[in-house]
Amino acid sequence: MTDFKFNGSTLIVKINEEIDHHTCDLIKNKIDLAINFRNTKHLIFDFTGVNFMDSSGIGMVMGRYKNMHKNHGTVAVVGLKPTVKKIFTMSGLFKILSEYKNVEEAMKSEVKMA
Amino acid sequence: MKDTNVMKLEFLSKSTNEGFARVAVASFISQLDPTVEELSDIKTAVSEAVTNAIVHGYENTIGKIYITVKIDERNITIEVKDKGKGIENIEKAREPLYTSKPQLERSGMGFTIMESFMDKLTVRSSLGKGTTIVMKKRVN
Repeated sequence: MTDFKFNGSTLIVKINEEIDHHTCDLIKNKIDLAINFRNTKHLIFDFTGVNFMDSSGIGMVMGRYKNMHKNHGTVAVVGLKPTVKKIFTMSGLFKILSEYKNVEEAMKSEVKMA
Repeated sequence: MKDTNVMKLEFLSKSTNEGFARVAVASFISQLDPTVEELSDIKTAVSEAVTNAIVHGYENTIGKIYITVKIDERNITIEVKDKGKGIENIEKAREPLYTSKPQLERSGMGFTIMESFMDKLTVRSSLGKGTTIVMKKRVN
């Protein structure tokens, strides 16, 4: 299950399942639909509900980043569990996106940065 | 008597089985009472190996994947085997960020994760015959 919330030009994507090769195709498609549904400038991934992620998740986040970056948008992430954070750190994802304590803080910082 | 144990799994190369495989292995390993981090590392490594077999070994056709897990005191050996197309260049496949299927948004981090989350990783592959990945980890 993935929940979507729009707040102005910000899209908050809350993923509530394990992210692997099996689940990530559907998640990707839904996110891309949501991004294109409105003129999204900021994408915030809420990982509070993600207890497992393998390297498929890296590809998923990277792909969304590329799409957002093309349109001068930003990507941020909140709610990383230690095991998921380990994958983010190892793959260098923090070089392209920032982690925030919660959605509110991410909204404030990302919107200000743009 | 040494404390040893073995389990074997055989299942179809359907992506829905990725979750099943890592949970089944984690459940078997839990008799060693590993830490949350150790268990999560093993689950991730198994997920990578099984995904490789499905995406690259069988290229999304249906074949069988075989997993054997051996416990020898605190040492775990996990073997993930497929009878798919095999890997042409193992060295290249193991390089971080290398992917033979860039169009699929694969990160190319599978082997790197297996290597760093486990203590030892061995890859045996033969073109047209399949690939066997052996991973070892000692839990404290």
